[in-house]
Amino acid sequence: MQSKKIEQRFQVIRMLVAVAIALVIAFLLVCFVSETPAATMGNFLFGPFQSIRRIGNMVEMMTPLLFTGVSVSIMYSCNQINMASEGAFFLGGVASSYIAVTWLLPVGIHPFFCILAGGLVGSAVCGIPAFLYVKRGALPVVSSLMINYVSLYLGLLIINYIIRDPQAGYLCSYEFAETAVLPDLFSKTNVHFGLIIAIAVLIFGYLYLNKSRWGYSIRMIGKNPAFAKYSGMNVFGTILACQLVGGFLAGMGGAVEQLGMYNRFQYQALSNHGFDGILIAILAHYNPKFVAPAALFLAYIRVGADIMARTSDVPVEIVSIIQAIIIIFVAAERFLSGWKHREIVKASRNELAAKGE
Amino acid sequence: MDRGTAENEYILSMEHITKVYSNGFVANKDVNFSVKKGEIHALVGENGAGKSTLMKVLFGHEQPEEGKIFFKGKEVQITNPLTALDYGIGMVHQHFMLVPSLTVAENLVLGMEPKKQGLFDYKKAVEMTREISEKYNLIVDPEAKIQDIPVGFKQKVEILKVLFRGVEVLILDEPTAVLTPQETKELFAELLNLKKAGYTVIFISHKLNEIKEICDRLTVLRNGRVTGTADVKDITEQEISNRMVGRNVMLNVDKEPAKPGETLLRVKDLGYVDEHGKEVVKGISFGVRRGEILGVAGVEGNGQREISEIITGLLPRQTGEILVNGKDLSKAEIREIRSSGVAHISEDRMTYGSVGDATIEENIISERYYKKEFNKKGLLDFKKIKEDVNRLIEDYGIKCDNKDALVKTLSGGNIQKVVVAREFSSGPQVIIANQPTRGIDVGASEFIRKKLVALRDEGAAVLLISADLTEVIEVSDSIIVMCDGEIAAYFPDASLVDEATLGEYMLGLKRQSAEEIGGVYHAE
Amino acid sequence: MILENIFSAQFVYSILRMATPLVLSAMAALITKKAGVMCIAFEGMMLFGALGGVIGSAFTRNVIGGVLTGILFGVAVAFIFAYFVLVLNANTVLTGLALNTLGSGGTVFILYVICGDKGTSTSLNSLVLPSVNIPLVQKIPVLGPILSGHNVMTYLAFLAVILTYLFINKTAMGLRIRSVGENPQAAESVGIKVIRTRFTAILTAGVLSSMGGIYMSMGYLPFFTRDMVAGRGFMAIAAQNLGGGMVFPTVLSALLFGGAEALSNVMQSLRLPAETMQMLPYVVTLVALFFVGGSSDRGRRKKRREKK
Repeated sequence: MQSKKIEQRFQVIRMLVAVAIALVIAFLLVCFVSETPAATMGNFLFGPFQSIRRIGNMVEMMTPLLFTGVSVSIMYSCNQINMASEGAFFLGGVASSYIAVTWLLPVGIHPFFCILAGGLVGSAVCGIPAFLYVKRGALPVVSSLMINYVSLYLGLLIINYIIRDPQAGYLCSYEFAETAVLPDLFSKTNVHFGLIIAIAVLIFGYLYLNKSRWGYSIRMIGKNPAFAKYSGMNVFGTILACQLVGGFLAGMGGAVEQLGMYNRFQYQALSNHGFDGILIAILAHYNPKFVAPAALFLAYIRVGADIMARTSDVPVEIVSIIQAIIIIFVAAERFLSGWKHREIVKASRNELAAKGE
Repeated sequence: MDRGTAENEYILSMEHITKVYSNGFVANKDVNFSVKKGEIHALVGENGAGKSTLMKVLFGHEQPEEGKIFFKGKEVQITNPLTALDYGIGMVHQHFMLVPSLTVAENLVLGMEPKKQGLFDYKKAVEMTREISEKYNLIVDPEAKIQDIPVGFKQKVEILKVLFRGVEVLILDEPTAVLTPQETKELFAELLNLKKAGYTVIFISHKLNEIKEICDRLTVLRNGRVTGTADVKDITEQEISNRMVGRNVMLNVDKEPAKPGETLLRVKDLGYVDEHGKEVVKGISFGVRRGEILGVAGVEGNGQREISEIITGLLPRQTGEILVNGKDLSKAEIREIRSSGVAHISEDRMTYGSVGDATIEENIISERYYKKEFNKKGLLDFKKIKEDVNRLIEDYGIKCDNKDALVKTLSGGNIQKVVVAREFSSGPQVIIANQPTRGIDVGASEFIRKKLVALRDEGAAVLLISADLTEVIEVSDSIIVMCDGEIAAYFPDASLVDEATLGEYMLGLKRQSAEEIGGVYHAE
Repeated sequence: MILENIFSAQFVYSILRMATPLVLSAMAALITKKAGVMCIAFEGMMLFGALGGVIGSAFTRNVIGGVLTGILFGVAVAFIFAYFVLVLNANTVLTGLALNTLGSGGTVFILYVICGDKGTSTSLNSLVLPSVNIPLVQKIPVLGPILSGHNVMTYLAFLAVILTYLFINKTAMGLRIRSVGENPQAAESVGIKVIRTRFTAILTAGVLSSMGGIYMSMGYLPFFTRDMVAGRGFMAIAAQNLGGGMVFPTVLSALLFGGAEALSNVMQSLRLPAETMQMLPYVVTLVALFFVGGSSDRGRRKKRREKK
């Protein structure tokens, strides 16, 4: 038990150290670029809290990340490195845009069908790599990267040839029907109804993964598929099912983001929300309970970097650097493991000494 | 031992070797083992007797707590396999260390490749392979890919590999286990050739006829100790068998005589061919009755594991029928098999029996979590689960902080208790227990044996597969012996059998008539 | 009209032009694959290679200087990958993902620091790699315009293919890389240092992949633009996959992908749906994955059983 506690503490500390290293490197980069590094760094760290609007920005930015974070947490819990949530988010957005542009439905029902369409398309996108793995043994790493690009070009094809607005000066869809748009929740911000859906998804993800029988079998399969098979679980069926569920959530996220933040589809490239979801899921240890703080953290450094970019010479891309550093240090198993080992040895020695007395 | 005079005679000697594993298991206790130059020396013993550990020490995989190794009269420190190779000690593992997509020649020279103008000289490698293969009369096709050649040839490549690295002592770990009879014959001819050429061979085996056939001397291990070293010609197979399987400890399992009822598990004409194309189970039939423990004795690798895994659905069913309580489960999925009342203790505790990274609770509910009684309003009923799990932890005396402890933090005995707590509490009618007490402490072993008897008394049919003969004899009511994928003997009353008798059947010295064996089918 | 375009020598020429970075990175992917490392960090390596080439050539006023700087940048990414994956035991996919993110953001950051522009490096006045007319070949009627007049990196790419083939199949190091990739225990048992061998493979791949990146900014375009690699690193992995881990089928796959890209450019200029063509390489890979499956091991075992 002692060692389990140390293990848990170690996980947290490693994450904090990773974040600290990333911020230190960020500070060094800021020093390199900015004339007034301290003030710039201050803007980066404290700027996001300085007005309601900025706090709103954080929440807006967090909303889609909640979807992809939960999506990836579910998909990775059964040990499938499926990165198709990126494509699912994009194509889900396209699907919902299509419904939002072409269907005529009353208020309240219209968004429902848009989001449903996004979810179903997301399931299809994430389901294909899972299908290829289950049926043919092809690892989802490669196939999911491929499906992302298929989603991108398929989506652009639909926008370009089916719902493109020729009046606009650039590649984008017609404006969404008024009935399809998700209403804003607070004045002064763009925080929209999608936040409520995202919170519902968060709760669903938590119950599904941590409290339901399906989630239990997903987690056991992820930890030891041989044991799951021996216990009588349907290993391949569960893997497929949880990729479909994960894809559905990512697709929903894409739909909600479109309907909440934009009035027409205007992405020209993949939006990176799916890949961000991977970072969030890793920080959250694939537990939907921790997805919200992880997503908020990412939104916070994004908004901070935005403010920093606007008020100084530091480009916003510094976020990618911070993000990359955090991922590789959290992913590095042996990073700080010497320290952990020493702690465990010390603890068991203490225990022995205590018994000896 | 007097090394002074032995210097010329003994090429290798290991003295007073004691090896204790970190979990406290004593694998070797004060072992003395010496090999003469130019002999084929058999190292014999049951599974778990300490043969592998001794060879791991010799080959540098493990460091002994005590003891010394002398090679050609000088004390040597063997810290890893590469130093062993440098001294001239090479090992052919049971699992071949070959790269499948490379050719024979490439595998042979790997790590010491011939070069020409900076490039790998494949022609030279082929030439070298051909040369060495002809020299030792181990004929292989140097340009064939490993993945395309049969097991017997792979073994030749392994032997050539160590010869190529200039070894003088070859360790062969159960080399015939994977071979067909023809391939075995070929191997023996090759080994005798090597002996003639002055090589020393350590031959690990449990097949007495093979030892009689080609070995000069043998050392028998039991329970980590040496129980005898002798010239093969001076010792009968009977004596070898006695030394291998002598009684270890008295277990004293208290139990009433069995009152068997109807047949709950019936297996008919069960056959299995493994992925190497070897027929591991050869059309066997047996039945286990209500209120009976049927023990399965046998040297490991004679089909016992396959039988247990076919019945429980882990291995694909190929030929034959499996009936539980009259219900045909020959094609059933694992969940159906389990819900028909079959429980399974796997011999591989950490792969199949448990998830180290999950909690005790999660481990215990793995085969029942989906049932109605554990779900409420679409979610798992954690209150009910918690009650059940806490009760099982108490009933089975699982030593832990609480139900949320990770299984990998428990001791081996407690992990096995988690496994049996799950398997025994599902109301099983048929229990397949494969090595239920292997490698765990005495207390936990005793507890598990008692539980098996108690479940028998409640009316379960138990199939007990164990490498521990004492356990088989003392816990079982009746016994079958497996040898080479077939049932070699059936003893309706386990209390009338002793280890020596079982040993003779296990090692293929004796075999009952088809009629006697047929009794275990309990035909109606 | 489209057929006319496709059957022109100019079109075939453009396939080679498009395929150059793919061929280079596919060779890199192949080497890491052979070493048993699932590396997806080629986007990052190529981007840094591309940026390094531009910066190096601008500051040294020398093409070779540019190429060397580009390789240095790309190999630095490969080194980080190798160190975290092999020494610190980090998950390969996550590390690759992180380095691609770093490639995307890091290059823009550096670009901005150096020339104050977040989009392109046009202000930097960097050099381009020369094109080469092959004396005799260029006079051959149809083949001449196809084979001659390419950027020097295109020729280097095809030289790299031959070298990769020789490296993997004809050198002792190649043999060791393959053994480490397939059965590390077996390799270790004969004294091969697994980590060191994999390190070598990843760094070699870094050199090849950054050359692909350098071509992007010193040949394909004469400057660096943000995210200019645009998925080519992933496409290289796809080509490697489609080629089944063999050198020449991998090159063919890369050419196929290059062809699809070239075709999509043609279609774009004709106002046809170019997205279908852009999608093609990925769809082809997915279909191939369906038929080939993932573990060639599984297929092999099946085949053997069938033989019996």
